[in-house]
Amino acid sequence: MQQRRSQRSALVIEPGSLARLLWRDLWSYRELFFVLAWRDVSVRYKQTIIGVLWAVMRPFLTMVVFTVIFGRLAGFPSEAGAPYALLVFAALLPWNLFATSLADAGNSLVGNSNLISKVYFPRLIIPAAAIVTSLVDFAVSLGILLGLMVWYRFVPGWQLLLLPLFTALAALAAFGPGLYLASMTAKYRDFRFIIPFALQLGLYISPIGFSADVVPEKWRLIYSLNPLVGVIDGFRWCILRGDGAFNWQSLLTAAAVTAAMLWLGFRRFRDTEGTFADVI
Amino acid sequence: MLPIISAEGLGKTYRISHLTRTESYRTFREELMRKPARLWQRAKNALHGGAVLAAETSEDIWALRDVSFSIDAGEVVGIIGRNGAGKTTLLKVLSRITEPSAGRVTVSGRVASLLEVGTGFHPELTGRENIFLNGAILGMTRADIRERFDEIVAFAEVEKFLDTPVKRYSSGMYVRLAFAVAAHLEPDILVVDEVLAVGDAQFQKKCLGKMREVSGREGRTVLFVSHQMGMITSLCSRGILLEGGQIAFDGGAAEAVAKYYTRSDGAPFAVDYTKLAKAVGDQFATLQQAWIEDANGQRTGEIDIRSGFEIRMRYRLHDKSPKSPAPQFHLYNAQGICAFATVGEPPTEMVEGVYESRCRIPGNFLNNDTYFVDVALAYYHAGVHVSFHERGALTLVIFDPIEETLNTRSRRGYSGPVGGIVRPQFNWETVRAS
Repeated sequence: MQQRRSQRSALVIEPGSLARLLWRDLWSYRELFFVLAWRDVSVRYKQTIIGVLWAVMRPFLTMVVFTVIFGRLAGFPSEAGAPYALLVFAALLPWNLFATSLADAGNSLVGNSNLISKVYFPRLIIPAAAIVTSLVDFAVSLGILLGLMVWYRFVPGWQLLLLPLFTALAALAAFGPGLYLASMTAKYRDFRFIIPFALQLGLYISPIGFSADVVPEKWRLIYSLNPLVGVIDGFRWCILRGDGAFNWQSLLTAAAVTAAMLWLGFRRFRDTEGTFADVI
Repeated sequence: MLPIISAEGLGKTYRISHLTRTESYRTFREELMRKPARLWQRAKNALHGGAVLAAETSEDIWALRDVSFSIDAGEVVGIIGRNGAGKTTLLKVLSRITEPSAGRVTVSGRVASLLEVGTGFHPELTGRENIFLNGAILGMTRADIRERFDEIVAFAEVEKFLDTPVKRYSSGMYVRLAFAVAAHLEPDILVVDEVLAVGDAQFQKKCLGKMREVSGREGRTVLFVSHQMGMITSLCSRGILLEGGQIAFDGGAAEAVAKYYTRSDGAPFAVDYTKLAKAVGDQFATLQQAWIEDANGQRTGEIDIRSGFEIRMRYRLHDKSPKSPAPQFHLYNAQGICAFATVGEPPTEMVEGVYESRCRIPGNFLNNDTYFVDVALAYYHAGVHVSFHERGALTLVIFDPIEETLNTRSRRGYSGPVGGIVRPQFNWETVRAS
């Protein structure tokens, strides 16, 4: 039993010990991570009909609206001859993953304040488990993608196999700022109002309803500082057979920005972790 | 043998700000406004020729200060002290929920902390699911839980409702299930805060029995916080008395309890919780004040046995508060025996705001004794939810002025002690029967 095994090692609790023991603790509490993720998922899908319906309807309706507005009314061009609805949906997939991950991770500490003030475990588990729920929603949305492909008789290429990579990038892009926001909302509750606002802006400045090719060449580098640009480019490349050339520039920028934000978010989280129980 | 827990110079400070004292949490808006506010204050001071550098409006409060002790494996230690003495902070530091600000503790074993019953229980999940969830939160592995699953279910007596969401449980079932999981933890060190006080008496006894069995048979180390002194003396071999964040006494449990009572002389008959570093309460309600008032409206802790008095509490209901809270007072005597618990019935539609609940206790009811009053507020729907429960918050001394009562009905010339937790004067009738 694990309880017996760990008996030998003496634990020293002192100022700063949380940060020092973080990695060891993360490993020994890995099971709690799965349990909390399972709790979040099963609570979300408990009322099965509503849970699944929510995960299906939200991206589907957004896709319809965006296709009509950008594809029909504004007349933006699609990529690689793919149906406009697919172009939009290929971007909505990572966007929804990013948005729900960011929002859930950002609010996760406050939502679990009863746990934080009563039991110890590495707090990093909570926002990380929140991301898992978004991944499950994402998997449900993949089902819609499949349906759309059948509807449009669109056969994807080998590029689809690389989709998990970009999925991971989307989740990580949300995790960094999510950690930062979680740590801030724990201390200042009004910080949570920033999240929906930022996401609303993000929905329009990310190339979701349109292809990133619409942006003039000289602005592309600055535009791709938004890591979602690289992620969405990647998703479209994977799903729409990659007829367009692969955009290395936006991918590398996205990876670099994601890494930087992960580092910032993680550091902020680790440095404030010890005070969560006191301020929450 | 090395001690299983050794603490050296442990300290914990909380920063309380005078600007935000009434708020249970801070907002970024306030933080942003603070700097300009302070500058403005300084400018005003300067204009009036005062000191430009006025004192900061926040201060550090030492919830624990220079606490050192060591505990050997197998010891059962009771931690006692008044509210705000640092008991819970000490437990939180030991269970790593919060970091100490100074000093260090060396712990050689696995710690499980039980600071609340049913931590993490989710109302939407079934009893079975909650056992796994709560077990994992308390530090059990899936294998451990599976191994003890049947035992837990039997202990909680909820076999029939295993696949029912716990939101449909009665409050009794909810508490029993939560306890059952906790009772089957097998850490090396068990840290328990005041949790045994909920649940019915019979189940409490069962839990105490289980705890005793566990600590006796398997040599488990237990740290135990309680205001119920009867529990401390019967369960613990050693007692640590905390006062103002420092150790005032460390020794035998009975001796510690005695010290607690002698030192509590002049214990409060009125408490103002708004002065504490941390608000007492939760997202629904926070306790502000509690006090005892005699028939003339004077705040006092000494009541003539013949006259009635009121126990009052003032609390704030927050905007998210459910509709009908149940304010309550529980009175205990020095032996830890509950004299009675009384629950108020406030109006059913209560909106956000500050409320005062008063309980009128008649004269000629309690005995001449010292009573300790728990002040609590709970909600009874979808399980018991306790917003605050301040144990032994107030001390009430009922005195019997013998020279005046000696020849009244209650004594009829008898001057010795009168038995009983209460000494009510009921209606008697004596008639000639034949």
